[in-house]
Amino acid sequence: MAKHRIRVAVNGAAREAEVESRLLLVHLIREVFRLTGTHVGCDTSHCGACTVILDGAPVKSCTVLAVQADGAAITTVEGLEQGGKLHPVQEGFTEKHGLQCGFCTPGMLMTASALLERNTNPSEQEIREAISGNLCRCTGYVNIVRAVQYAAEKMR
Amino acid sequence: MIPAAFDYHCPASLDEALGLLARHGSSAKVLAGGMSLLPVLKLRLGAYANLVDIGRIPGLDGIREENGFLCIGAMTRQAALERSELVRAKYPILGDAVPLIADPLVRNRATVGGNLANGDPANDQPAIMLALGATFVARGPKGERSVPANQFYKALYTTALAPDEILTQIRIPIPPPRSGGAYVKLKRKTGDFAAAAAAVQVTLAGNGAIERAAIGLTNAGPTPVEATDAARFLAGKVPDEKTIAEAARMAAARSEPSADRRGSVEYKKEMARVLVGRALQKAVARAGGR
Repeated sequence: MAKHRIRVAVNGAAREAEVESRLLLVHLIREVFRLTGTHVGCDTSHCGACTVILDGAPVKSCTVLAVQADGAAITTVEGLEQGGKLHPVQEGFTEKHGLQCGFCTPGMLMTASALLERNTNPSEQEIREAISGNLCRCTGYVNIVRAVQYAAEKMR
Repeated sequence: MIPAAFDYHCPASLDEALGLLARHGSSAKVLAGGMSLLPVLKLRLGAYANLVDIGRIPGLDGIREENGFLCIGAMTRQAALERSELVRAKYPILGDAVPLIADPLVRNRATVGGNLANGDPANDQPAIMLALGATFVARGPKGERSVPANQFYKALYTTALAPDEILTQIRIPIPPPRSGGAYVKLKRKTGDFAAAAAAVQVTLAGNGAIERAAIGLTNAGPTPVEATDAARFLAGKVPDEKTIAEAARMAAARSEPSADRRGSVEYKKEMARVLVGRALQKAVARAGGR
């Protein structure tokens, strides 16, 4: 089975790797690039803990092959903070207690940041729909929605 | 979970992709969005020695009206369909359905062609294509051919596509004036497949009677079901409450669901009846009827 040389931009930095066809994007990110902020949750594309932004769109990286991402720009949770300053969604989750155990948080942050890229004035319903592919088993979403609303207000 | 090893091929053209399928035969599988295939490989429910990724072939995606048809490229992502103004304005049956497929993150990868070609009767778009009278365009070693949606689904996960063919485009006749459609789905939660779902497309005559109706059912048997008796019954009738109820009863009688965690056979058939009724009402209202 041939290996593939792939090139991606991860959080703005050009990276290269030689990967097996079957390597999943989440494993490329965690185990090859050692960016362990992206979590593996259910590993069956249900929970969204592994969400990253792939060429502008949030996707479940447990269900994308690393080779499919060749040439793509990837943003992981490590890429949200800029110049030592938290992204508004990170600030929102801190201010509004948007997490308890924190396991779903990286995925929630990525989905929320992608939503706010497109729409800085989402309704509660739009926020709830946007995060409907990200499961939280602690807080029940109320504070997560407040955190996204907080971030939206900061970004407007 | 890690899939069994395979070779990954990334053809730059349809001809190159067809060549790969011809060369690797039944050991090859077409990879589009991967939202059904990759879980199958990860869970080791299936294994293929060769994956042919059609995701980088130019011209396989897009949504446009052309020569009397809405043409949807097979690689069109569900998210693109969801955001299409054209689809939202003129094809409400699709507009209803797409936000109910999987979840927004999955829809960023999932494709229309994958939803249709996978041959899973639990997928939402096959029943819709039956209701819309769509035609599927496939390319193979001998060239291009068209298969009507109602001749496409042969058995569970089995379609009219040969292993060396690729679904390239879906062609939906542009509905005439006074047409309307609706898709109504019952599911337990976001990301779930349907316990039952109904796709309805109607065209009304000048006197308010139904000129043409078509009804598709999701997850109602080993293949998507077209309720042809109910559609024939509706033709020429004014869609009043009694007529809709009778058509819904006839359509549900064609449903052959199996019992699972989504419910018993009786429950699913009853839900099919209720949902066909609701979809008919909605479709008729959208067509400008009562």
